Amino acid sequence: MDLHEYQAKELFRAAGMAVNPGEVADDPQGVRALAEEYGGRVVVKAQVHSGGRGKAGGVKLATDADEAARHAEAILGMKIRGLTVGHVLVSPTEDIATEAYAGILVDREGQCPVLMVSAEGGVDIEEVAATNPDAIHKLQVDPRYGLMPHQAWGLATRLFSDPALTKQAARILTRLYRAFVDNGASMAEINPLISTGGGKVKAIDAKVSIDDNELFRRPAVAALRDPDSESEADAKARAAGLSFVKLEGNVGCCVNGAGLAMATMDLVKYYGGDPANFLDIGGSSNPDKVVAALEIITADAGVKVILFNIFGGITRCDDVAQGIVEAVGRLDIAIPLVIRLTGTNEELAREILAEAGLAAVASMDEVVQEAVRLAG
Amino acid sequence: MSIYVDETTRVIVQGITGRDGSFHTRQMAAYGTRVVAGVTPGKGGRSFALSGKEEVPVYDTVADAVAETGANASVIYVPPAFAASAIMEAADAGVGFIVCVTEGIPVLDMTRAHALARDRGCRVLGPNCPGIICPGKTTLGIIPGSIVTEGPVGLISRSGTLTYEAVHHLTRDGLGQTTCVGIGGDPLIGTSFVDCLAAFADDPDTEAVVMIGEIGGTAEQEAAAWVSANLDIPVVGFIAGRTAPPGTRMGHAGAIISGSSGTAAEKTRAFEDNGIKVAKRPAEIAVLARESLGR
Repeated sequence: MDLHEYQAKELFRAAGMAVNPGEVADDPQGVRALAEEYGGRVVVKAQVHSGGRGKAGGVKLATDADEAARHAEAILGMKIRGLTVGHVLVSPTEDIATEAYAGILVDREGQCPVLMVSAEGGVDIEEVAATNPDAIHKLQVDPRYGLMPHQAWGLATRLFSDPALTKQAARILTRLYRAFVDNGASMAEINPLISTGGGKVKAIDAKVSIDDNELFRRPAVAALRDPDSESEADAKARAAGLSFVKLEGNVGCCVNGAGLAMATMDLVKYYGGDPANFLDIGGSSNPDKVVAALEIITADAGVKVILFNIFGGITRCDDVAQGIVEAVGRLDIAIPLVIRLTGTNEELAREILAEAGLAAVASMDEVVQEAVRLAG
Repeated sequence: MSIYVDETTRVIVQGITGRDGSFHTRQMAAYGTRVVAGVTPGKGGRSFALSGKEEVPVYDTVADAVAETGANASVIYVPPAFAASAIMEAADAGVGFIVCVTEGIPVLDMTRAHALARDRGCRVLGPNCPGIICPGKTTLGIIPGSIVTEGPVGLISRSGTLTYEAVHHLTRDGLGQTTCVGIGGDPLIGTSFVDCLAAFADDPDTEAVVMIGEIGGTAEQEAAAWVSANLDIPVVGFIAGRTAPPGTRMGHAGAIISGSSGTAAEKTRAFEDNGIKVAKRPAEIAVLARESLGR
């Protein structure tokens, strides 16, 4: 789950980090009031879950409160990569002397958090990694000890040579690590981490993603989810416990298992079709899940055919067939359904489907070709 | 032969009294797995019926179960909130081979569990994996016994049902398996493709290997390099997720393309550059495997 910049900054402040001030507003009047409070010179930043906000015109500098309100008018309601801006963050401008980068994520290979810093901040860090990898300093953190003081200091010396600044940076890195762990983050980033003309080090942008698997035990963090940033289909899928990703095609896919679901989409493409979605109904054959899946898929008017691909292992095919029959009975589905069921109790499943006037095939290639043909 | 486990492996089940644990324990026992005990904290002293005639004791701790039964492997079916702790308990009790089926374990929990398992010299399979099956010998996890058969192919996969799909084709085409290993769909897993490849390389009965990968991470690329440097039996590959959009998690926590890395195209290229034939459809996996074995 991605957090908005202002939410990430709140977590950072709560961890005791030096972060530049700022508050959110959702209308130009609110922005004007905040700008007046901060003395007029402010930055107005769109709060959406997307990179490239600046390039899209979602980040503007204002010299007085009137200009801030005008910027807010332009930014609020604008679309950045398909996401509508509902809130802006207003912060006083800073006297920036240098811009650095600090970030933490979990390293798959090392199987531990890795802290990365670079004195070349304020730009896309992936670009720095590609063009000047030596400018990025990485440290694998043993999760059992956490970030040790000498490690934080060592990394901070890569960012600043003035000991007064190094000391502040080390404190920020220590607290960044703590915020990362205490909030169950999968990524936490400060870009840029600035030093001011007055000799202060602080975070002026913040990015945090939370590990979805942590949310069950962190209700305060889970409550930060912005319902407006999620499509209706995504929210419904999440509530039903389905893994769902919307795509652009017209073949609706309903599969058990993530790997098989990906392979099914790939096969649709292989046979010249276009998948409308990724959807994993999981190991359960609960009819409610099948109903939710069908509702989500059919809500997309572009979908021309629904493809079921079920490999029954522990999940019994007859249970899934029962779920499909129930779901079809409860919903009014106007587009064709093609079904593939193989594995445990497939004969029984076929009988259940046949009684309801539905047919099933046994091979994945067959069902996908049929779906692509029906989708036209 | 098989890798990692065989018919002599003595298995305990952590979470044996739970809904999933009890169901799969009976499935494993019916297949022939030597289930010697179960562990559920707070339910020690009870017994668990494997079938109408056979039962095993339930212990409060893994250490007790190991001391009493000499178990050397464990399968974990406990909920995500307690699963990392279950792995650490098994590692601490000296269980050498730990299969964790549980999906949805916090990644930071797993950083600590993997670190402890490494310190204790234990092998963890998973988490978020279907387990391991040695046809005709034993099964630890949830891979259905009905789809496998004995034969010369070793199979390694990050997925569950896609593995079943591939195995189903192999079995139907007369290509049995020495061992099928599901290494798991999480970003942090205890046993990698390379670990399994090295084990298959030491197994005289394995004459070909099938590797089923997916988007996310670089495990397939590392495996491909290892194959070309170390393995002299044929390898057939498949990569799921060619149509997956970047930056979006596809069901498995580990299945995500970050930036430009971890794409299906990159992995397919790594396979092909290192002499691994890549199937374009799941059904083609068995065809390529048969060709590579000259059958």
